[in-house]
Amino acid sequence: MNNLILDDHYSMKDVFIKGDLITKLSFVFSGLNNLRHKQLIKGFSFLIAEVLFLLTFVIQVIPALGGLISLGTQTQGIKTITQDGIKIQVAIKGDNSMLIMIFGLASLIFVCVYCYIFWCGLKSSRKLFAMEALHLKPATFLEDVKTLTDGRFHMTLMSIPLIGIVIFTILPLVYMTLIAFTNYDHNHLPPKHLFNWVGVENFANIFTGRMAGTFLPLLTWTLVWAVAATVTNFFFGIILALLINTKGLKFKKVWRTIFVITMAVPQFVSLLTMKNLLSDWGPINQLLQKWGLISQPLPFLSDGLWAKFSIIFVNMWIGIPVTMLIATGIIMNLPAEQIEAAEIDGANKLQIFKSITFPQILLIMTPTLIQQFIGNINNFNVIYLLTGGAPVSSKLYQAGETDLLVTWLYKLTVTAADYNLASVIGIIIFVLSAVFSLLAYTRTKSYKEGGVI
Amino acid sequence: MKKQKRINLLLVYITLAILAVVWLFPIFWILMTSFRSEGAMAVPYIIPKHFTLANYAKLFTNESFPFARWFANTFVVALLTMIISTFITVAMAYSLSRIKFKFRNRFLKLALVLNMFPGFMSMIAIYYILKSMGLDQTLTALVIVYSAGAALGFYIAKGFFDTIPYSLDESAMIDGATRADIFFKITLPLSKPIIVYTALMAFMAPWMDFIFAKVILGDQTDKYTIAIGLFTMVTPDKINNWFMTFTAGCVLIAIPITILFIFMQKYYVEGITAGGVKG
Repeated sequence: MNNLILDDHYSMKDVFIKGDLITKLSFVFSGLNNLRHKQLIKGFSFLIAEVLFLLTFVIQVIPALGGLISLGTQTQGIKTITQDGIKIQVAIKGDNSMLIMIFGLASLIFVCVYCYIFWCGLKSSRKLFAMEALHLKPATFLEDVKTLTDGRFHMTLMSIPLIGIVIFTILPLVYMTLIAFTNYDHNHLPPKHLFNWVGVENFANIFTGRMAGTFLPLLTWTLVWAVAATVTNFFFGIILALLINTKGLKFKKVWRTIFVITMAVPQFVSLLTMKNLLSDWGPINQLLQKWGLISQPLPFLSDGLWAKFSIIFVNMWIGIPVTMLIATGIIMNLPAEQIEAAEIDGANKLQIFKSITFPQILLIMTPTLIQQFIGNINNFNVIYLLTGGAPVSSKLYQAGETDLLVTWLYKLTVTAADYNLASVIGIIIFVLSAVFSLLAYTRTKSYKEGGVI
Repeated sequence: MKKQKRINLLLVYITLAILAVVWLFPIFWILMTSFRSEGAMAVPYIIPKHFTLANYAKLFTNESFPFARWFANTFVVALLTMIISTFITVAMAYSLSRIKFKFRNRFLKLALVLNMFPGFMSMIAIYYILKSMGLDQTLTALVIVYSAGAALGFYIAKGFFDTIPYSLDESAMIDGATRADIFFKITLPLSKPIIVYTALMAFMAPWMDFIFAKVILGDQTDKYTIAIGLFTMVTPDKINNWFMTFTAGCVLIAIPITILFIFMQKYYVEGITAGGVKG
């Protein structure tokens, strides 16, 4: 409780103007004020942190930041040097642009972290200043530590996860975003070659240049797929839920369980099964041929258009039970009076569905729908496991006809090593998801309640 | 009227029966294939002519695909991931739901934005970060990556904590309990369902993921998890010899996961709807 009052009482400027010499000095030498108030551990920690920071700043950070701007100057190769009048050829180790970039970023983050520590030092000094004005006794180190289980308990809980987020989410994301502005592709692979900043060239390439011929068809298919996959699952899922909920139907639980069991099968198992089931030599084609229904195998997954339909159908197999399960919960909780009233007024089943049941389900499920839509834009598994993007097309660069933007991104990084293009695609996918997420979150309850909590 | 209703009901039964066949057919096919002793990848019939357990035996006896090893790997990774990421998720969700600290709302927004980037985008960078730590091609790296992902997957758990009345915390605080006391003695015991859900979800993830695992483990076959291992069995050059073994492996994996899933079905539904409605 005290913290809040003390923190807001003085601005940093007030502290600097009104403070005595040591308080003023502690704006330069972090922790000085703590030392004076006998907070030895805290004070020395701040001071040592500052000294260490300044040392590393000069030795490590400045060169690393310079590297971030130049991305390395020395190309790997053979150089002829003259030593004692004799010309000899020496292999020189070139700069590794990628490592230089990672180190540059890491040092930027390091600087930010230290800035935060320095700010904490300032705050601590301000608090001491305020306490002195109120004639309060400064907290001992032990008391400070104890607040970690109470007032600052969230810091204890969140510190490890936050370190994880910084190292494994933020650092890689910033890194990959920066890559979008370099020419880090299969012709500029470190350590053999250097790569360099190229500005927005990659974006131009994707939208209007050489890559537009691949990007635009894949973008269209991604959006068509996301809409088709979401709508079919939603619509047929509700119909299935209604069918199972039919009045007078027996063994409702058994029917439901049959479909729910398919959700439990790991996706890679069911998708790889489907892939083999539908392949040109797969059992479905073989059975159909044996029964004499077809003479040629049907190209379920080997023809572009067929494959697109097959993918949507297989996705229905996976997704309908999920919608069915959610919709069942909603249908069971719908008020029965309205439907009964409509029945008395002579409405038929279709009319009841169209004007009562469906709108209510839609209302409740809109946020889930938008989430599923975003999930489908990023639906790597279905495409990668089912067709792997095939059939390949000569018109597309490193992609097949059924590739989504995400699977193209994967291929660009793993097989083609065109990291710059891949990260432009990643940014585009991010923008797509962000737009639809905003839609979703402005429609959810917790967003509306956000201000209250 | 009554007759009409009967016909309707009959139609519903027929439709459901057809759908059930469509949905169960792939599973049935996999199950049957795993017991088939003759033929190669595809045969023009479903029920095998001769039943055998040889495919299952081959899984555990062959040299090139150490299935038992993969199973052990996945189990260890899944167990560690479960412990670490449950702790992380619950800690994050609790802090963000119950404690009103200064940057909370800003952090929630940041987390939202971070979640919108496709995971594959950072995959390569993560690989190099792990490599610089000397952790590439190890199972430790897998545990770290899966657990680090848990830090941003707190929404469902947060939604659950939001429903626990805050007055409980307040009255405990009046009685002199610290935040830590409240967390360990009041909130955690009340949160069993969400902890079970989070733990099971975290446990199941390593059995299903194969992209990150593949990138991190590279060609270290003996460190593979089940998912990549089985995936390599059906690459075009292996599929004809290994398909039936693959199906046997699939059946073995699907059984425990199905049991787990049926066990947590209730939480699953609550999870999706909570995530949907509450965000």
